[in-house]
Amino acid sequence: MSGSLRTQVGHLAHRSVLRTLRQPAQIVPAIVFPLFLLAVNSGGLEDATNLPGFPTDSYLTFILAVPFIQGALFSVMNSGTDLARDIETGFLNRLALTPLRGAALLSGLLAGSFVLGVVQAVVYLSVGLIAGAELAAGAAGALVLVVLSVSITVAFGTIGLFAALRFGSGEAVQGLFPVFFVFLFLSAMALPLDLLTTDWFHTIASVNPVTYLLEAIRSLLIEGWNVPDLALGFGIAAAIGTIGMLAASSALKTRLVRT
Amino acid sequence: MDGSATGGGIEVEALVREFKNGPRAVDGIDLEVGQGEIYGFLGPNGAGKSTTVLMLTTLLPPTAGSARVGGFDVVSEGPRVRATIGAALQEAALDPLLTGREHMRLQTAMHGLGKEERASRGGELLERVGLAYAADRKVGGYSGGMKRRLDLALALAHRPRILFLDEPTTGLDIQSRTALWEEVSRLAAEDGVTVFLTTQYLEEADALANRVGIIDHGHLVAEGTPAELKAEIGRPTVEAVPRSEGERERMAAVLARFGERAGSSPRGVAVRLEGGESQLAEVVRALDAEQIAIEHLQLHAPSLDDVFLAKTGRSLEGAGEDQPEEAGAVGSA
Repeated sequence: MSGSLRTQVGHLAHRSVLRTLRQPAQIVPAIVFPLFLLAVNSGGLEDATNLPGFPTDSYLTFILAVPFIQGALFSVMNSGTDLARDIETGFLNRLALTPLRGAALLSGLLAGSFVLGVVQAVVYLSVGLIAGAELAAGAAGALVLVVLSVSITVAFGTIGLFAALRFGSGEAVQGLFPVFFVFLFLSAMALPLDLLTTDWFHTIASVNPVTYLLEAIRSLLIEGWNVPDLALGFGIAAAIGTIGMLAASSALKTRLVRT
Repeated sequence: MDGSATGGGIEVEALVREFKNGPRAVDGIDLEVGQGEIYGFLGPNGAGKSTTVLMLTTLLPPTAGSARVGGFDVVSEGPRVRATIGAALQEAALDPLLTGREHMRLQTAMHGLGKEERASRGGELLERVGLAYAADRKVGGYSGGMKRRLDLALALAHRPRILFLDEPTTGLDIQSRTALWEEVSRLAAEDGVTVFLTTQYLEEADALANRVGIIDHGHLVAEGTPAELKAEIGRPTVEAVPRSEGERERMAAVLARFGERAGSSPRGVAVRLEGGESQLAEVVRALDAEQIAIEHLQLHAPSLDDVFLAKTGRSLEGAGEDQPEEAGAVGSA
């Protein structure tokens, strides 16, 4: 990375982090809402652990993977609405008049998602463990879990950037939020994939990448070190991030029509 | 000012911008701005001012024609143009969550200034625009005038030779407006910065600009120094208010002998004097002969609004109401 690109990324990342930290309205719901659903689900679905083949006797441990994904979905909204606001207010035009590089803009903007991802992962894991969830992979597993969670958050953040650049409106980005939640509900969110006996649901969940992101997180919580599941989880996060970044870069070229 | 458009100036030839399914926002304009000159680009909303600025600042490719800014072509040498210019576009595009100092730091860093220079340049510009006292306050709490001054400081971060200001004083109170005018005049006079300023305020163009171009429906309809343009119109306006409202029609009939009707206050009658200001005495005598008592009589020198009216057939005030909004570069993609 050249010096000027590093400087640009650094300053845009600094701005993105400042923006995130100065907007409690972005951070609080992204942490509280998933924890609220965690409390509801873990209390109401405890009997699911009695199903033959259920991988753990603690539903809390099983469902603890879900807040990490829900939190990442907030990242779509936060990164996207921040960038959409820059487009709407003309701030992107201001940046376009500098020797700004597209890669610096996108990377810098994702810094806010990164910080939010770290805060979310640490809070979810801490609350889960305090409430009695298990972490089979131990202390090293906690670190890997945070890294995986942040990777997923940043990967989803790229989709937010793409949506903002494509549609140019914060409302359009926020409109995507329920769509992404459908992906979560049509995954192995509440039960393991093997126990989803309804054919159509099993089929959809088995091709839904969110299922494998959940399974990667669960592997650390329930099993310990399941390398294939972890590799698949990191691979899917990397694939989403790469596709999102390529799509966002392409949309940025269209959006920044400077000569 | 050396009058040359090369180097620190602007040269525009047959510039056109056409939007999909829309009219030609800019329809073949030619203009030349010399180094150190303040060029006022005057027109109503939707006339094509902002679209022209977006093309000259490389944020919108022209449909046809050519433009060189600072000696560089806006289409083929975009990065060199951007390195030469500073711009404060129509809305003060600021981040309400950042402070003034953080804005300066970001802007100077984006322009590649060294670490030490970033801090000194930022501080110097904030001082110059009178915002040093508010440098560490979030911009969300700034007034409109403070935002505009910060916008100007940001545009100057990398010491540009050419400055584009798109309606920089719209919505500002007279005090903030005057402060901005003083700073712009100083930049041109002392630092030799070329200023391309769009405005819909006649008095702004009159007070600031060395030369004025009037744009209407995408066409440049007049160009010259404010004095030249007014002299071209030549005819002053006389406005009279009768003491009795019932005499207004009779007064209008008398004044009609001296020239065509012009805009006036609701109680008055105004005409453009065909014979110039020497006709004023005749006007008074004619009204006196008809025994029309005058409450108020005033001679107006030709204004830029008269120029606009003469060139377009409309008064500048409200002229933009029937015109479509212009599209911005980023917003229109």
